[in-house]
Amino acid sequence: MNSTTLLAFDALLLISTVSLAWASLASSDERRGVILFMAFGLLLAMAWSRLQAPDVALAEAAIGAGLSGALLLSAVRREPVGLSRTGAEPVQNHEKTDYRMTLRWTVTLLCAAFTATLGWAYLSALSFGPHDGLPRAIAANLEASGVSNPVTAVLLNFRAWDTLLELAVLLTAALGILALGKESPAYQPAGVVFEGLIRWLVPLLILTAGYLLWVGAHAPGGAFQAGATLAAAGVVLRLAGRHRIGLPAGIRLRVLMAAGVGVFLLVGLVLMLAGRSFLGYPPALASLLILVIETAAMLAIAATLVLAFAGGRPQTDVLANTAVKLEASTASGPGPARPAGSGGTSNDCIPEKKAC
Amino acid sequence: MLTAQWLYGLAGCLVTGIGLGNALLGSSLLKRVLAINVMGAGVFMMLIAVAYRGPDLAPDPVPHALVLTGIVVAVSATALALALARRLDREQDDG
Amino acid sequence: MIDVLSSVLLVSGLFFFLAGSIGLLRLPDLHSRLHALTKADNLGLGLLIAGLAVSSREPLMMLKLLLVWLAVLAASAASAHLIARHARRQETGH
Repeated sequence: MNSTTLLAFDALLLISTVSLAWASLASSDERRGVILFMAFGLLLAMAWSRLQAPDVALAEAAIGAGLSGALLLSAVRREPVGLSRTGAEPVQNHEKTDYRMTLRWTVTLLCAAFTATLGWAYLSALSFGPHDGLPRAIAANLEASGVSNPVTAVLLNFRAWDTLLELAVLLTAALGILALGKESPAYQPAGVVFEGLIRWLVPLLILTAGYLLWVGAHAPGGAFQAGATLAAAGVVLRLAGRHRIGLPAGIRLRVLMAAGVGVFLLVGLVLMLAGRSFLGYPPALASLLILVIETAAMLAIAATLVLAFAGGRPQTDVLANTAVKLEASTASGPGPARPAGSGGTSNDCIPEKKAC
Repeated sequence: MLTAQWLYGLAGCLVTGIGLGNALLGSSLLKRVLAINVMGAGVFMMLIAVAYRGPDLAPDPVPHALVLTGIVVAVSATALALALARRLDREQDDG
Repeated sequence: MIDVLSSVLLVSGLFFFLAGSIGLLRLPDLHSRLHALTKADNLGLGLLIAGLAVSSREPLMMLKLLLVWLAVLAASAASAHLIARHARRQETGH
């Protein structure tokens, strides 16, 4: 492919990407903004594969466009209350005071100045010439790392400490989500068409997740992409009304979410007790250890992302629900009337969500 | 410095600036969360543009690992922010 | 020769995508827009995949691409059905 067509492709892609970013944030309808953000994520995935970053492209398409989009879309509400309010300021203030206008203009100019400074810093950093110290060191040590995909080697061997901390960040977010409230109500049971779709889609997604996990050692793939695919299977199951079998219940959920950090720490400590440094794999066992850690990380990532989509503590949570029931029985008489209809046990139907 | 590098990098700076402006001036909480995600995407563009070394050489894997980590951290931060916003909603509706 | 065939398939797939996008922008009603989008984009994707499969010359890659097309076909048909059903229910008021 000659360079002018590639340049035209790059220019088109970048113009579309920047316009999508602008349009997604400038649109007045929140739902449209989120959908434009998902399209922005997909164009980004195309940009990553053009820049020879297929691992990142897979992760961006699955997590950045897909799961982030689903999370944000489920947070959009029909009436503009709460999420559409910042503090006590009304959304449309027709008598915009001069103070507020000058504030907005100042902030906009400062952001433009920030962007210009960032661009200047970026260009002057690039003008120092190509640095290939790190890539050469990685290429030299790749056989001893246990995998042949350099990105997996960097993530799980050379910079394993960073990945451990990242899994800890994921666990912290999951703890916060668990502590902040109950899950959002389940969707209505799926109709015939959607049911027929998930019957083969969910097994295909699970199979693809296992494949991505295995192939991450020697080709683009790995634990994050596999975890995101598994999470997509869980999200699709929730959308079809089966909100109980997407996630395991109670103690198993906690074990699964802690397994990512736990297995990583266990491997590191065992290696330390065996006389090596923390997370310093012996080259003979490196690929096996990396596979074990990646499997635990995939399950933890999938469980956390499905929990994030569920939005809170699962309702099959015995301990928390017992406390709530005790509270409710001492507070008032009969509980709120449940909407009639779908014959499900505790499925509340929310009209603004789809399939209702 | 390759053409693709400064093209994608400067576009990344633009996207970061757009995201920052909307994160500070956004009219609703959801818009601000969206803007922070867009800011993150701009930073990732800059990182991957730095990692690109042309069609003949293999790209630098360290920025790729950084961006992968960043994508997962961004989605978990978004999830926590949305859970906080939902709880804020409930508190405001009740009280 | 294979490259010429693959280019022809890719360009005709792009033509169908163009038709679907123009339909999305210009048609008046949700249902007609859904119709244009699903029909044109499924066929467009099929031609695109055929062009890629022809140019890859590996049977395993062709099989994977076929699987991708079938999955997208089924998923987009199901999503179009769900969107249309939701819109109809909103119009008739449940």
